[in-house]
Amino acid sequence: MTVFSFAFYMFAVITVASGLMVTLSRNPVHSVLWLILAFLSTSGLFVLLGAEFVAMLLVIVYVGAVAVLFLFVVMMLDIDFAALKGELARYMPLGLLIGVVLLMQVAIGVGVWTVADGSEGLRQAVAPTEIENTRALGMLLYDRYFLLFQLAGLILLVAMIGAILLTLRHRKDVKRQNVLQQMWRDPAKAMELKDVKPGQGL
Amino acid sequence: MAELWNTYLWPLIIMVAQSLLLLVVLLVAIAYILLADRKIWAAVQMRRGPNVVGPFGLFQSFADLLKLVVKEPIIPAGADKVLYLFAPLLTVTLALAAWAVMPVAEGWVLADINVGILYIFAISSLGVYGVIIAGWASNSKYPFLGALRSAAQMVSYEVSIGFVIITVLMCVGSLNLSKIVMAQHDGLANMLGLPWLTFLNWFWLPLFPMFVIFFISALAETNRPPFDLPEAESELVAGFMVEYSSMPFMMFMLGEYVSIVMMCALTTTFFLGGWLAPIDLPPFTWIPGVIWFSLKCLLVFFMFAMVKAMVPRYRYDQLMRLGWKVFLPISLVSVVVVAGVLMAMGWAP
Repeated sequence: MTVFSFAFYMFAVITVASGLMVTLSRNPVHSVLWLILAFLSTSGLFVLLGAEFVAMLLVIVYVGAVAVLFLFVVMMLDIDFAALKGELARYMPLGLLIGVVLLMQVAIGVGVWTVADGSEGLRQAVAPTEIENTRALGMLLYDRYFLLFQLAGLILLVAMIGAILLTLRHRKDVKRQNVLQQMWRDPAKAMELKDVKPGQGL
Repeated sequence: MAELWNTYLWPLIIMVAQSLLLLVVLLVAIAYILLADRKIWAAVQMRRGPNVVGPFGLFQSFADLLKLVVKEPIIPAGADKVLYLFAPLLTVTLALAAWAVMPVAEGWVLADINVGILYIFAISSLGVYGVIIAGWASNSKYPFLGALRSAAQMVSYEVSIGFVIITVLMCVGSLNLSKIVMAQHDGLANMLGLPWLTFLNWFWLPLFPMFVIFFISALAETNRPPFDLPEAESELVAGFMVEYSSMPFMMFMLGEYVSIVMMCALTTTFFLGGWLAPIDLPPFTWIPGVIWFSLKCLLVFFMFAMVKAMVPRYRYDQLMRLGWKVFLPISLVSVVVVAGVLMAMGWAP
């Protein structure tokens, strides 16, 4: 138990501290790196909960893919750090408001979770004990909430197509390579042999 | 005190000893794999390769190690010092961390976790950070370009690697790497009535297109030629490694080779039956599993080395086309096909 508690507090402290550093660090690239550390230690917390599948997915999806693109965008931005610091005071009230709203949401969520009927039983057995949690998650997503899960996927697909459509520009002046066309070219038709007489040219 | 010793300290000591053993064996093996890579490359080009240090150049890698250790590490003036030194450390640590779940023989695994594949996939998807951070922290043009290329490349090829892993998983029904090897006990050879031809049982035969896609994606994922665009010396000098010298450079090289061997081991585990003997008859079954595992890894590495020697480097748009327009549709369709076949024939585990 002591090792477990030690690991929990280590991950928890790192998560909170790196979350704080995301907002405090002056360099936006450092912020993203702190965010990644926060993700990683959160996945450590998931492992401690016995939800190793969710933990690995968190690392693969958020750290491995989303945060990479995020880091890209932040690196490409040309940000004037001094100006950014000056703006801090202006946006402080708005930031505080959002923070308070988020805090209240968390409080309401936790409050409901503590007092609601039947939450006691759910808390004691989050996943069925006799099967692995990967399988339990699969049964939940693909059996019980199949329709909702597929609908969520479709909504994401629509969003993706929309984003591509909004940014797609067909440029006419760019020469593109069509590999299949190149491979299927007939040498007999592509080449023409001419008999050039000396001193005449074509 | 006795309880503390029995429940915590002794298991900890065993764990550390096992990890150290694996690390030392792995690193010595890497030293010779590096030499083998250079020798094979040289042989293809009808050169001799390193042949001065020790008999047949056998100590060349150790000489290189010494040379790099005693050189001066240079940190560029405009670099982000902490991140600049953190990047190679991250690369090599992640590359080594992935080996924790790799079973090298039956029961010979440091951490036999349920989600072994996902762990390796997660760790290898983190590997891109070493490259990006190095490129950015160097505060220089070529490293940054190399980092950008590399990130796009690694993210693209992870998608098809993911789908290949899914097809393997569907045939096994578990995310545990040892169970993947055990699942290859039964297959085509048993169906043909030739149970001693165990190499026909392995997944490389039924999932042959996936095997090819995985091999090529592994080349791209580890930035090996023909996909070594992040360090393309003709355009980017040496990509994200331009500013690095001495120990940090060595750590990048080490991390790269460790993850290459990791990819070989993964190919072995997924498609070549891990530690299983290729023919289930006496002279072959006497040899311990770890030897078979190493031999298969070396076979895959030989293919890696031959590809490096023979195939010219891809252009960047060709690389992206191959990843997104060829591998992604093929692997996506084959996930559907494999799932359909497994359900239709009742083979699903």
